[in-house]
Amino acid sequence: MDTHILLGHGSGGRSSHNLINDLFIKYFNNPVLMQQTDSALLNISSSNIAFTTDSYVVDPIIFPGGNIGKLAVAGTVNDLAVSGAIPRYLSASFIIEEGFSIKELETIVSSMAEEAKTAGILIVTGDTKVVNKGKCDKLFINTSGIGILDEKHKSISTGDNIKPGDKIIVNGTIADHGMAIMAARNFGNFKTEIKSDCTCLNHLIKEILDANSSVSFMRDATRGGIATVLCEIAENKGLGIEIDESKVPVNENVRGICELLGFDPFYVANEGKILVIVPDEDADRVVSIMQQNVFGKHSAVIGEVVNNHHGKIVLKTLIGGKRIMDMLAGEQLPRIC
Amino acid sequence: MKYIDEYRDKELVKQLIGKISSVTTKEIALMEVCGGHTWAIQKFGIPSLLPKNIRLLSGPGCPVCVTSKKFIDQAVAYSRLHDVIITTYGDLIRVPGSTSSLNVEKSRGSDIRIVYSILDALQIARENQSKKIIFLGIGFETTAPGCAAGILNAVKDNLTNFFVYSSHKIMPPAMSALIDEGVKINGYIAPGHVSVITGSSIYTGIPEKYGIGCVISGFEPTDILQSIYMLVKQFESNNYCVEIQYKRAVKPEGNIKAKEIMNQVFTLRDDWWRGLGTLKNSGLGVHEKYCAFDAEKMMQVDVEETKEEKGCICGEILKGIKTPNQCKLFAKACTTDDPIGACMVSHEGACNAYFRFSK
Repeated sequence: MDTHILLGHGSGGRSSHNLINDLFIKYFNNPVLMQQTDSALLNISSSNIAFTTDSYVVDPIIFPGGNIGKLAVAGTVNDLAVSGAIPRYLSASFIIEEGFSIKELETIVSSMAEEAKTAGILIVTGDTKVVNKGKCDKLFINTSGIGILDEKHKSISTGDNIKPGDKIIVNGTIADHGMAIMAARNFGNFKTEIKSDCTCLNHLIKEILDANSSVSFMRDATRGGIATVLCEIAENKGLGIEIDESKVPVNENVRGICELLGFDPFYVANEGKILVIVPDEDADRVVSIMQQNVFGKHSAVIGEVVNNHHGKIVLKTLIGGKRIMDMLAGEQLPRIC
Repeated sequence: MKYIDEYRDKELVKQLIGKISSVTTKEIALMEVCGGHTWAIQKFGIPSLLPKNIRLLSGPGCPVCVTSKKFIDQAVAYSRLHDVIITTYGDLIRVPGSTSSLNVEKSRGSDIRIVYSILDALQIARENQSKKIIFLGIGFETTAPGCAAGILNAVKDNLTNFFVYSSHKIMPPAMSALIDEGVKINGYIAPGHVSVITGSSIYTGIPEKYGIGCVISGFEPTDILQSIYMLVKQFESNNYCVEIQYKRAVKPEGNIKAKEIMNQVFTLRDDWWRGLGTLKNSGLGVHEKYCAFDAEKMMQVDVEETKEEKGCICGEILKGIKTPNQCKLFAKACTTDDPIGACMVSHEGACNAYFRFSK
């Protein structure tokens, strides 16, 4: 077997065929994929389907706590799960730069298979393209996913049921993924043990929903961090939101590096964090359900929906002051002093 | 987090607010002239805690905000040269020039890299011998010594492809100019980082000449509140002097070594400040002795004619005469996504801080 990806691996000929059999089919192995039909033939007995897609271009492709493959599975699974759907099937398309190490590709594909297995979903169709050296950065992955949606959960992703008094819950420490990536890029020249929180959260979410909790809204707080998700809800729904900074869990080492580099953890990316908005009377129960799951141990109520300053988020700061929390403009840039 | 949380203690903050409230009787306006202070004041929501008669104004303390448009235009022109790599602190890349910005040039293919320190820029120079590396030197006495040390390192390493384009400025001329221009304030929250380098003597003339207080402050909420308390006490007793609140970092004599390096490599020159115009002996140009590392001397480039934006009141905001929300462009034509004035670009800029934290 070749050690590096050649243009021929994407030609559709013998090398493509071998790569698919020796790698993708070997790891993603399941009855739907094994049919090797042009389209995956699925048997879904539901009139409500959730469907989503996302592309993954993270640099570096392997980072503490995960890699681009794990991220590509978890990201799409989470997008389905936060909509209230049960994730079932994924597609996976690979755009690979000529010369990429097949061993590294195998590491990534195997971790995708592992994450899919943990999440209980099947990768049923896919595609491989190889581009000339320099035309992409090592490896890009696109995944699309289908999930089954129960009628009663349809309003979870729209947020139509959010009302003043609802409590806002996060399932653990924020900003881990973004700072792990910064460290892996050697940004600021520091060494740290921060790991990305990249993981599938569909089981955690199922536990919340199975307990008959009346969830008003759920969303994963990826790019732009929890601040961006909160701003979107506040602006789109004309809701007032109050967040208590002292209640938001942040790992000490993440806080330290954010302080040092001038980053605000509220805007830093997560890949295993969701915001759950529930009626006041359900909040304590939902938090305790979440805390029993390994990915929700540090769940906490961080704020609430209020009936004033509509469309805006007011942050109660650590020292007891108040200020507006707004969307981030452009990239977060390091401050000069 | 040790050495941070102690300074953000809610109970201590409450006590300080209580102390301030117990001594303040009259309307008082205090100005901070360090972007780091502007940022911290807004980030922690300090104005929401203060008695209503205490007004905080943001002065020209954000290095990005006072940098002239011409500087950006020239940096843009440098970045268009095929053999040049621009190295810069992050804040600068979004600042609009007359028709472009470094961010736009980067998207068009110019090699522009964000660095944390001039040492990163030197490393890039060592690794790219066939390219000319220009470091955009901005900032006050805080960053100028580091830049000077970078040039001395370049001398030591015999680097011939490393240049500094300096827009470094010093703080005291601006602090005097503001009051000379009639800005009504009753005290300065003086810049902590600048003072670590300069010491406290650079401010001596301010209480003497202008009869207002001057307290060198740290950057944590309790630092700032304690400084406000000290300034209110000076104001109420009509007894003005320079005091150091930030004693854990600032010595009266400053950092002598850093000052020596800065004076060795740079020379004072008249400089243009956004909003304040040209101030005598307020800028730092690379000394002739080190002209081999001076981009302005060594690299000639055609620069487009500088066009000033219309309607932007950055100048009055930097002088503390107006607040950002009094600008017609604020939050309408000028936002953090699409800034017109430099004050909206940097996190330390008054407009940016207002926009994000108290719009």
